[in-house]
Amino acid sequence: MFSMLVLVLADNYLMMFVGWEGVGLCSYLLIGFYFHRQSASDAGKKAFIVNRIGDAGFLLGVMLITVTFGSLNFLEVTEAARSGHFAVGDGVITAICILLFVGATGKSAQIPLYVWLPDAMEGPTPVSALIHAATMVTAGVYMVARSNALYVLAPTALALVAAIGAATAIWAASIGLAQNDIKRVLAYSTVSQLGYMFLACGVAAFGAGIFHLMTHAFFKALLFLGSGSVIHALSGEQDMRKMGALWGKIPTTARTMLIATLAISGAPLLSGFFSKDEILWQSFASPYGSKILWIIGVVTAGMTGFYMFRLFFLTFAGKSRVPHEVEHHIHESPSSMTVPLIILAAGALGAGWIGWPKALGGSNHFEHFLEPVFENPALRAAEHHTWSLEFGLMLSSVAVAAVGFYIAYRWYVKSPETPERVVASVEPLYRVVLNKYYVDELYDALFVNRAKDLGDGLAAFDLGIVDGGVNGVGFTTRVTAEASRLWDLWVIDGLVNVLAFVTKLLSYPARILQTGLVQAYALLIVLGVLVFMGYYFLHF
Amino acid sequence: MQFFHNHILSIILFTPLLGLVVLLFIPGEKKDAVRWWGNIAMFAGFLVSLPLVFWFNSEAPDQQFKFIERTDWIPSIGAQYFLGIDGISFLLIMLTTVLGFLSVLSSWTAIQERMKEYYAMFLLLQAGMLGVFMSLDFFLFYVFWEVMLVPMYFIIGVWGGPRKLYAAIKFFLYTLAGSVLMLLGILTLYFRYHTDTGIYTFNVLTLMQHGWPANLQFWVFWAFMVGFAIKVPMFPFHTWLPDAHVEAPTAGSVILAGVLLKMGTYGFVRFSLPLLPQASASPAIVKVMVTLSIIAIIYGALVSMMQRDMKKLIAYSSVSHLGFCTLGIFALNPHGLSGSVLQQINHGISTGALFLIVGLIYERRHTREIKELSGLSNVMPVYATLFMIVMLSSIGLPLLNGFIGEFTILQGAFEVTWHWAAWAVVGIVLGAAYMLWLYQRTMFGTCDNPKNQILKDLNLREIVTLVPLVIWAFWIGLYPKPFFHVLEKPVAAIVQRVNPSFYAAAPAVSAAIPAGTPIPAAPAEPSSGPTNPAPGVAH
Repeated sequence: MFSMLVLVLADNYLMMFVGWEGVGLCSYLLIGFYFHRQSASDAGKKAFIVNRIGDAGFLLGVMLITVTFGSLNFLEVTEAARSGHFAVGDGVITAICILLFVGATGKSAQIPLYVWLPDAMEGPTPVSALIHAATMVTAGVYMVARSNALYVLAPTALALVAAIGAATAIWAASIGLAQNDIKRVLAYSTVSQLGYMFLACGVAAFGAGIFHLMTHAFFKALLFLGSGSVIHALSGEQDMRKMGALWGKIPTTARTMLIATLAISGAPLLSGFFSKDEILWQSFASPYGSKILWIIGVVTAGMTGFYMFRLFFLTFAGKSRVPHEVEHHIHESPSSMTVPLIILAAGALGAGWIGWPKALGGSNHFEHFLEPVFENPALRAAEHHTWSLEFGLMLSSVAVAAVGFYIAYRWYVKSPETPERVVASVEPLYRVVLNKYYVDELYDALFVNRAKDLGDGLAAFDLGIVDGGVNGVGFTTRVTAEASRLWDLWVIDGLVNVLAFVTKLLSYPARILQTGLVQAYALLIVLGVLVFMGYYFLHF
Repeated sequence: MQFFHNHILSIILFTPLLGLVVLLFIPGEKKDAVRWWGNIAMFAGFLVSLPLVFWFNSEAPDQQFKFIERTDWIPSIGAQYFLGIDGISFLLIMLTTVLGFLSVLSSWTAIQERMKEYYAMFLLLQAGMLGVFMSLDFFLFYVFWEVMLVPMYFIIGVWGGPRKLYAAIKFFLYTLAGSVLMLLGILTLYFRYHTDTGIYTFNVLTLMQHGWPANLQFWVFWAFMVGFAIKVPMFPFHTWLPDAHVEAPTAGSVILAGVLLKMGTYGFVRFSLPLLPQASASPAIVKVMVTLSIIAIIYGALVSMMQRDMKKLIAYSSVSHLGFCTLGIFALNPHGLSGSVLQQINHGISTGALFLIVGLIYERRHTREIKELSGLSNVMPVYATLFMIVMLSSIGLPLLNGFIGEFTILQGAFEVTWHWAAWAVVGIVLGAAYMLWLYQRTMFGTCDNPKNQILKDLNLREIVTLVPLVIWAFWIGLYPKPFFHVLEKPVAAIVQRVNPSFYAAAPAVSAAIPAGTPIPAAPAEPSSGPTNPAPGVAH
């Protein structure tokens, strides 16, 4: 919480990074709260490391800002960016924006770094509600919006943000269609909604992004706490296939959850409706927007309507699929849990009203409030579109969401056997979606295991080649030393010995005579005398 | 008091030696007396270094080096007893005295045999290390540099693990091989100075004033580089490190990682850069050094990730961290250099503490195999908490020390070119991966090994060995300003010598940049260094 405030209140990028890492740490610790569970500590670690990858980008972006602007202060950077020294599309600014956005994809769970958020649901539910839905994960959106002065100078980066945002929105929504764990559905829904916020930022509608951030905080926190209440009521059950017909049994939870579900689906006059339609409208009408982005947004809205009501109906309507022993214990949560639900429900209902669009006769206070921050002449261009067009788009998106709602109603309330039939008919596709497109497996195969292999390989290389080289030098020295020893022993010393041996050999004849026996010497003298005498006799 | 002030360095240097002499008179059988005296002497060594903190005044306008003591030693060859410190050596001396005391304290129960010899070796080692950081005379420096090897050799070889003899000999010979080359470099400068001026001197400051020909600088640089790089250790000279660390007793590992490795980086900062500015700034050498640093960062992290032995894992992480330090040095700008020195301190704190932590578990379980340990946080909560803080400081989490150092180094590298910083951040990501994985495998999960279930949490003495390091880590992380302040002037002096164009170019300001022009990556490319002769070099 402290870190989060540091993050938001920081007036420069470095302090922001400090808060940014601080919330990352808290998130790591809170996800791993049930640390004796392997999956929980795995999820915590995954969250931290995936975030680190994003942080690396953020950090490089921060450095590039320092080098470029000589300052990290938001005001100074913003001022310099708006001073006109930088042309639109400036390469350095684009690089900064893309690097910062890499950081945002990590923290705010966007493609390709969204994989940690669903796993983060291993943490306690209030944690999921607070940091993984309402506050921490939106830090990336906040950062991009905070850097809006830079982003408007980098259309390429904006296009990237919008594309990633839209892609994440629809991608995560589609995964959410098939999940059975109640918290996982909400997690993918969060990823998807964050995608909306980035879509808004990507079309330079930063105000709309922040607006959605705020409304989303209300209804998503409500949904998470509500799901926590459901899980609590069912003694820890998270699988929606083992729920059902809880409407009458836990009434407060059910009613507040209904409000939140309506809000996130964009039912008219609830908070999600205003912010989401603001985004859709901007993605259509903004100079950076396009029809494709709008279509993706609307399709996602339809999916949202479907999976949220699927969740709602599976949990609260239909026949009870709760196992017997659990059923006895079902009870409404204590007021410490229901009061927050009611407060949040009020927010989910009304938080959108401060951004009542002009098309519906309102004055959009929210946008005015943020105007000094997001001062941007480009957006004024959007004004000339007619309000009737805006109204039409609004209707169509509501209609699409309603279709989603209707399908969910048909499948999960009217004829509960339909989903199975549908699933059976698209079995392979369903498997792929159920398994989250196998992205985790793909990442494991592509990066995690390859990094481990590389580590193993390098460790072997280190032991074999680098250390082997050192030991080789040692070995060579020893071999050389041994050779020297042998050389010394056999050749150098050998020569000496040979010399001695030869001398010894040569001295042998002389030596055998030196017996030390006086008699022998006497004999020799006699023999010698005889030899000489013989000699004389022969010659003379 | 005046005497104390004037001779503070000698006092710091000789306190451990005095302790050693007294220790020799204590009979070896009186184990408690030996143990108490060893700790008292080390603590006294720390106490006498404390006044430096108050007396060291970086505002003083005098010369770069302070507390100078100087007297002739061997006049016939020009060797002097010449001590003096600047901000860089000041921080490293404080690190040495703190870690020296803590590591000796950590051996209270771990060392049971040949206790007297053990403490004697540590006191000698301490004096050697302090001498290296104080000497301003090459001869004296080399003496301390070699003196330090001997006790370390015995510490590993006598009190070490199963392969202690192999590790001890490898450590000694490898380091000696480098030192000899360094000696060759020193002698080259010594005789060349005599040829040029007719004076024999080992005085580093005098030698710095001499204008060395570029060609000579180049060769001497490589001679120094091998000596220092082995000590750091830089890739590919690092393989003595894991062996020495794994086999050394805990306190030996702490000192080895905490202080000994810093001598290599200190050597680069103190000698290579200011003595041989043209060589140090030449593009070829910068390229080689930076490439080796970046390889060390990534390679060390990857190899570390796959280790099965905790100590080996931390040893390889040192390779990675020291890669950051050398990268910072050869960025050749104030950010890089001051970040590097600070990171050296940080590494001493974090890795020193990590080795203490591994030592604590080794003392209890007599194994360092990661797979033997799991779920320790269930039985040792205090241990797990301290480990968590130290681990986070090691992976560079903001508000802890590692972040400040790494960030400043990266900033320095980025100012030269963004490629370096981009490669180096890979190391930061991997750093988080291997440390978190280690922590998860040892601390989290269920504690099902019956041998682990009976483990006791830390006692007071063990907590006392760790807490000062944790406090220091928070101090640097929260308020690093005094540290940077101390480093500012010496670093500026070095940059002024080695990369004078850095100060010639105005720092980039947004207002000064015309619209649309690409921003120069750095105020000063190192390649421009060698073309500008250093102004300080007077012929």
